[in-house]
Amino acid sequence: MDERKGRAVTGTYAHAAGFIAGDRPKIVTSRFEYADSHTLERYLATDGYKGLRAALARPAADVHEEVKNATVLGRGGAGFPAGTKWGLMPQGNFPRYLVVNGDESEPGTYKDRLLMERDPHQLIEGCLIACYAAGLTRCFLYIRGEMATAQERVAAALNEAYAAGYVGRNILGSNFSVDIVLHWGAGAYVVGEETALIESLEGNRGMPRLKPPYFPAAIGLYGQPTIVNNVETLANLPWLARNGAEAYTAIGTKTSPGTRMVAVSGHVKRPGVYEIVNGTTTFRDLLYGDEFCQGIRNGNKLKAFVPGGGSAPWFLPDQLDLPFEASQVGPAGSMLGSGAIMVMDETTDIPHAALTLTRFYAHESCGKCTPCREGGTWLERILTRIVEGNGTDADLEQLIEVGTSICPGDFPHASSERLGLGAVPFPYKMTTICFVGPSAYAPVNSALTLFPEEFAARVTTRNRIPVTAVGGE
Amino acid sequence: MSRLTDTNVAIANEIIARYPRPKSALIPLLHLSQEQNGYVTDAAMKHIAELVGVTPAEVLGTASFYEMFKFEPVGKYVINICGTMSCALMGSEELLHHAEHRLGIKAGGTTADGLFTIEHAECQAACTEAPCLQVNYRYRFRMTPQQLDALIDDLAAGKLAEEIPPHGTLARVRQHIPADRSVGAVPPEAPGQEPAWMNGKAAL
Repeated sequence: MDERKGRAVTGTYAHAAGFIAGDRPKIVTSRFEYADSHTLERYLATDGYKGLRAALARPAADVHEEVKNATVLGRGGAGFPAGTKWGLMPQGNFPRYLVVNGDESEPGTYKDRLLMERDPHQLIEGCLIACYAAGLTRCFLYIRGEMATAQERVAAALNEAYAAGYVGRNILGSNFSVDIVLHWGAGAYVVGEETALIESLEGNRGMPRLKPPYFPAAIGLYGQPTIVNNVETLANLPWLARNGAEAYTAIGTKTSPGTRMVAVSGHVKRPGVYEIVNGTTTFRDLLYGDEFCQGIRNGNKLKAFVPGGGSAPWFLPDQLDLPFEASQVGPAGSMLGSGAIMVMDETTDIPHAALTLTRFYAHESCGKCTPCREGGTWLERILTRIVEGNGTDADLEQLIEVGTSICPGDFPHASSERLGLGAVPFPYKMTTICFVGPSAYAPVNSALTLFPEEFAARVTTRNRIPVTAVGGE
Repeated sequence: MSRLTDTNVAIANEIIARYPRPKSALIPLLHLSQEQNGYVTDAAMKHIAELVGVTPAEVLGTASFYEMFKFEPVGKYVINICGTMSCALMGSEELLHHAEHRLGIKAGGTTADGLFTIEHAECQAACTEAPCLQVNYRYRFRMTPQQLDALIDDLAAGKLAEEIPPHGTLARVRQHIPADRSVGAVPPEAPGQEPAWMNGKAAL
């Protein structure tokens, strides 16, 4: 009997609320419907650690090659292929480290938290395969500070895995030895940036490092070669090691193979985290499809959506038919980012909605680069003034001036048939080390460019309107 | 008693030993001190500086960067109400205002009885379950003002003590690496050799 039938992921397991299964291919969420998916017992009963065994039965270089051939795109935001990243390390310089980026905090995003809470052994196995393939000698698993349940689940899973001989010295009796050390943060969004993550792991303030070097693969943790991979990226590896690159690339498209986890939140009928087929699924499928979000709440009209986490320039209904494919979303003016869609229906007050994101990035600026430290705060204050009904025409110009000092030139935006506007392709130019500064401007620019009339009306009406009323549908 | 207790010093030393450089243990040790005292005290930071081999100023320098570390007493229950986009779209501003009214404090404040602190938090990674909040980093999803009232009542009555530990306690499961399984941390300066399994042969 299939124990999964009728198992509701609610009640005592309410921390897993949000994930919605379906009949689609499952690479990373195959165990989510088991109430005990986080235990070693369940993991071993469902192909657990078989990928590690398969990997160790081959030379490390072969496993690395397999990951390269599968084009496992980084799931943290930049979409850089993991196998290629591992190849960027200089030869002969040891020790070298794996740092797992579990500091998930991009607005709208949560998949890594679910992967850590619901299937911690899958992540551990992924770390082991990466360390074996790339010759990494120590692994640090950095979990966001606010995720207490994820920390508990991963700690318990590591204790189980050490006791059972899957982690540590002479794994499965082989000459492969690696420690996985659980590390946890203390609340700082910018630490999700990989060089800031490394600084934080060294016990410092989590400020991004100057670039070059562009990749910690050359100079990373303690100045040694370091690979920083996202949780979801690593969670793909056990399935890949068991089934091979050919099976992996058979799902999705050639340039975006496999699946990816996407969280859809905001004004949809059935918000949730879905594992979707990469490359072919469109935004329309996700927002309106029966197996996904089932349309906009109350039958309302879609006004706009953020396609790739809070940092991404916004899309309009015009862009609904784009697939989850970076090579199409980039030219259309935005990015897929970390797999998070936030949906705004026709009742949304656009300037106020933009403020809720700009406030986030202004708050999270580490203060290292002036354009972000000062500019983010300016954007927040000016936008607040406008939203509260105290703004002037000059404020609108000032927003653009401040934004341009963070991102010179044309800022990427979507096309709009309604406004007769063409798209400006991604990416933007920036005067800051990392993307926090540009991200403070992205919502402002999108809102101003795509909904100019709401700002024009706001600087004259002087009435504060709440984002929307309390409650769901 | 705000230096680390002997039990916690033992835990601290176990954590420090996992890192190639001791300073890496700063954030975990600051959490440990906050678990012991409810917030990060000056004496604890001095003690951590001794344990890790840095100056107290370096400990403060790191600690003050991170939002979760509190340098003065906060409520036994810290309620973080998310205000970022997805939660805002689903009514989190009203929820925060309701909490402020109910407890008679502003966001950032603590009730006179020392039981509750409320904070305007940024994205807590539960966006499809908006509006969400965390009490001492334990989630509550799709909250209405009525549910928030009930939550505050339950917390005040001690009904949720088992699920929600007092502020400062994060994970209640600690990692433990058994000595006979541990590879051990070596300083990064030690001349490293190519690992044994990179010899072109299968490890198994």
